[in-house]
Amino acid sequence: MFSVDLIFEAVLFGILLGCFYAAVSLGLSVAFGLLDVPYVAHPALLILGSYFTFVLSQTGIDPIVCGVLLMPVFFLIGIGFYRFYYETFEKRSSDTGVRGLAFFFGMSFIIEVCLILVFGVDQRTVVASYIGSSLEIGEYRFPYRMLVAFGIALALTVALTLYFSKTFNGRAIKAVGQDEGALRLMGANPVKIKQLAFGIATAVNALAGAMLIIVGPVEPAMDRIYIGRTFCVVVLAGLGSMSGTLVAGLVLGIAESIVMMTFGASWAPAVSFGLLLLMLGVRPQGLFGR
Amino acid sequence: MKYAVYCALILLGFLGVSTLGGINEYVFFAGFVILQFVILATAWNILGGYAGYVNFGVPAFIAVGAYTAVVLFKSMSAPLLVQILGGGILAGALGLGVGLLTLKLRGIFFSIATVAVVFILETVVNNWRYVGGATGLQLTRPQDLWFFDSYARMLFFVMAVLAVLSVTIARYIQDSFLGRGLRAVRDSEEAAECSGVPTLKIKLIACTISGALMGIAGAPMPMYLSYIEPTSTFNLSYSISALGMPIIGGTSHWIGPVIGALLLATLQQIVTVTVSNELNVLVVGVLLVLFVVIAPDGILGLIKKWKQSSK
Repeated sequence: MFSVDLIFEAVLFGILLGCFYAAVSLGLSVAFGLLDVPYVAHPALLILGSYFTFVLSQTGIDPIVCGVLLMPVFFLIGIGFYRFYYETFEKRSSDTGVRGLAFFFGMSFIIEVCLILVFGVDQRTVVASYIGSSLEIGEYRFPYRMLVAFGIALALTVALTLYFSKTFNGRAIKAVGQDEGALRLMGANPVKIKQLAFGIATAVNALAGAMLIIVGPVEPAMDRIYIGRTFCVVVLAGLGSMSGTLVAGLVLGIAESIVMMTFGASWAPAVSFGLLLLMLGVRPQGLFGR
Repeated sequence: MKYAVYCALILLGFLGVSTLGGINEYVFFAGFVILQFVILATAWNILGGYAGYVNFGVPAFIAVGAYTAVVLFKSMSAPLLVQILGGGILAGALGLGVGLLTLKLRGIFFSIATVAVVFILETVVNNWRYVGGATGLQLTRPQDLWFFDSYARMLFFVMAVLAVLSVTIARYIQDSFLGRGLRAVRDSEEAAECSGVPTLKIKLIACTISGALMGIAGAPMPMYLSYIEPTSTFNLSYSISALGMPIIGGTSHWIGPVIGALLLATLQQIVTVTVSNELNVLVVGVLLVLFVVIAPDGILGLIKKWKQSSK
């Protein structure tokens, strides 16, 4: 049962899965990790991205292209979300904790139920040439859809890391996460920068959603399990670190894949939530936090 | 004193209704659910409303109550009251455990941790044959009806007693040292700690009581449905209802969750019967978001404003 070969295969698959998990968590890493907004609606928006991709791809457009096309739309949704959050909660600054959480939790249920009402509870998939076939190297088989997701995930992570460390706006976003008051003293408007960051976080979600439906069938209630996966990755990474997000995604992916292979798929959902709980209890600042 | 008289009158009323003939059985089925939400909303409010720590994991506590009842019933055919007591104790212990793990951290981490507990326990139950695993378990109700005509009537009355008990506990906490301490925590945790409030301790007590009451609300469920199954027991929709009702009713006073639960749960029952199950989650979600944005102090806040303006 614990043969080296099986473990090796589990690790390989875990790496592919892990990069994918990192990619779906990047947006949350920005919104929650950097900006400290309790963005519990993130997984619901992820599923929304998948469904929009599903609808767009009905016209024959490749799902990845759909994801890219959706990014500007989601950018605007993100800006709208933050604007609204700021005007109703942060500006009044009264008891943001409970109401902010309740607001985003409520929104995620509204999104989920609307998806159920429009599309029903059935699983949805997309069609593309790379879905269904696998790359065979020796005795190992890598499904192309996982490889595609792996590639996009890597590209997204690298792009965001570069954006946050090299560009003016990216550094400003990091700065606003560290000390909002200081930024205001420098003559910058923290609200505008946060708005931009939120737009980016949500835009990334559009492409991540497209990846989600490429990797496997999607159903409206799937956002619930992704609450665990995304928050697990973000907490594991130490809030707000992009490269940390990639490593944390890999840790989760490999752990989940090994558990799946040894104990069976029915135990898989507990892995991310268990890891999350463990981190919160033992090292809440994350693997790479100070 | 006045309160005790009211409670006695309310309970007598419930007793009267549940022994009276000629009422459709469905009334008791729906009434059970509404009373259950009164308990859940009240229990949620003890931690969420008074202290500002948002529990997203309500179904975990309900399920611990329900599955404890199942195990007690299956292994030693324990009577209903023992099941309820056992469910309450274990759910309280779960509350204490989650609290110990995360109440030192910021509120959002506590919230996420409670979601985690739901999924971990669901996975465990899915893989636990004794209580039926993922497929569920059929249960045969005992014939012991006390002096009621049907099981639904009896459970309805039991739930009424439990609801009155929960509200009484919440009311007592509100004006006690614990309630004042929790409010201090909500307003500013640092300031509370500096003024000598044992913040961690009172948060843990509140979390334990809140969890125990949710467990009590869940414990009669297997007998109510004579069936138990993980997917519906661990449904996160319970969370949105249990946190939506107090916030819509008003979190600052014990009557808020009661008002919210009575109004919303009744509305949900009507929507479920006339339209669909999905829509009743949507109703709570939309109302919750509307209230949080427009009337953050809930119905109680609206009443207060209206009273002030009419003076």
